[in-house]
Amino acid sequence: MRTAGERPGAPGGSADPMVPRPFRVTRRRRETADTFTLDLVAEDGKPFAFAPGQFNMLYVHGVGEVPISISGDPADGTRLVHTIRAVGKVSAALCAMKRGDLVALRGPYGKPWPTVEAEGHDVVFIAGGVGLAPLRPAIVHAIANRHRFGKVIVLYGARSPADMLFAEEVQRWRGLFSMEVDATVDRAGPDWLGRVGVVTKLVERAEFDPAHTLAMICGPEVMMRFSVEMLTRRGVAEDRIYVSMERNMKCAVGFCGHCQWGSAFVCRDGPVFRHDRIAHLNAIREL
Amino acid sequence: MVDIHSVSELLKDLEFFREFGEATIELLAGCATNVAYRPGDYVFREGGSADAFFIIRHGDVALEIHAPGREPLVFETLHPGDAIGWSWMVPPFKWSYDARCRTVVRGLSFDATCLRGKMEADHEIGYQLMRRFLPVMSRRLLGARLQLLDLYAAEKAR
Ligand SMILES: Cc1cc2nc3c(=O)[nH]c(=O)nc-3n(C[C@H](O)[C@H](O)[C@H](O)COP(=O)(O)OP(=O)(O)OC[C@H]3O[C@@H](n4cnc5c(N)ncnc54)[C@H](O)[C@@H]3O)c2cc1C
Ligand code: FES
Repeated sequence: MRTAGERPGAPGGSADPMVPRPFRVTRRRRETADTFTLDLVAEDGKPFAFAPGQFNMLYVHGVGEVPISISGDPADGTRLVHTIRAVGKVSAALCAMKRGDLVALRGPYGKPWPTVEAEGHDVVFIAGGVGLAPLRPAIVHAIANRHRFGKVIVLYGARSPADMLFAEEVQRWRGLFSMEVDATVDRAGPDWLGRVGVVTKLVERAEFDPAHTLAMICGPEVMMRFSVEMLTRRGVAEDRIYVSMERNMKCAVGFCGHCQWGSAFVCRDGPVFRHDRIAHLNAIREL
Repeated sequence: MVDIHSVSELLKDLEFFREFGEATIELLAGCATNVAYRPGDYVFREGGSADAFFIIRHGDVALEIHAPGREPLVFETLHPGDAIGWSWMVPPFKWSYDARCRTVVRGLSFDATCLRGKMEADHEIGYQLMRRFLPVMSRRLLGARLQLLDLYAAEKAR
């Protein structure tokens, strides 16, 4: 597995980062009403290595190409997993794919989550909505390498109980004695026995040592902003808070400028950013 | 008969009263009673008179809003250490939602008339209580705003 700072678009994926490889859908799972998980296997049989937090460009023939984070186990080099929410043309076409269909894929791209820097720290994962998908490989990695970290805490906020991703798996994580998992939804019916309220409330209550904590956050930008604020209020240093950003993309390799955000290219310098390095960009409203 | 001594011990254990001095705690304990509810019990219901405020020691409480023809909507759950409600401070002293126990709940109930009397008689206590309630209110307001924004609905990438 690669660590933070290494070059994206490197050997584990396509030899030439611009050339897609065909992958076949081997399984399709419905996560929520509009979100599906696809398992993909390379037609050429070669393994696919990636680091948690990286993304691929997925091309549906005749429809278009979109960036999608990898949501699978980074230790599994044979099965590539993507979790996709149908919001428009290409994402809906991906969600409609069936077992046996082909998708052209290039990657992996982008800076990964700081799984190595996190070692020795309490690690707090904060996910909002489909933001749990890009965090999942890092969580799976933390579980598999549990002894390398202090506390492992997953805080997950979703719109409603029906909108929660990987519900069974989150439940399984909850059952592990080695980590703490707390979830909350924005609204629920009377039958829901979990928490209701915003995810920042979970951040406020979670038990970690702020001076020795590293946080990774993925979700809607407003949710990430308030989560960062709560973490810093609790004493977590901004250089130990990481967020994953989304901008529309075309090339994904730092050529076209499509994903430019201030002076950064999200595809090349992100999507995972250390918060102290981008805080000034968040302050500018029209970027 | 309320055992004021043991209630004041309970108050001292609660984060909510951490910054209060001994004398204030004793005074507030005089307005407090130990309460317990079974799952499904209502601590209070919408429209009822807000004659008390509560702090949860054990258990979970769901705050719900009812709309005709729909199942109740839970907009927030409260947990140990949380205070329920500030309508007792603000005229017309009426609850604007239901508070339903989802588990066995144990807590402290403070008589609102007694509290308001103490706040009126000693503005220092009034100020301290207001100071303690304001962050609770502002956090709830922020939470409500974020929920209203429906953040997790499809967010447009830029
Ligand atoms: C680095 C990176 C990683 C990503 N990882 C994932 C992932 O793991 N899973 C996933 O589902 N998505 C992910 N996305 C978002 C995904 O790329 C977009 O949803 C997709 O590009 C939308 O394309 P479309 O053709 O389906 O929609 P379009 O036809 O381009 O847009 C249709 C409608 O959807 C809206 N829309 C566009 N982008 C988004 C968006 N991001 N969210 C919600 N609505 C949008 C548009 O405003 C428009 O109204 C990621 C994006 C980036 C940059
Ligand atoms: S998508 Fe082309 S530079 Fe980032």
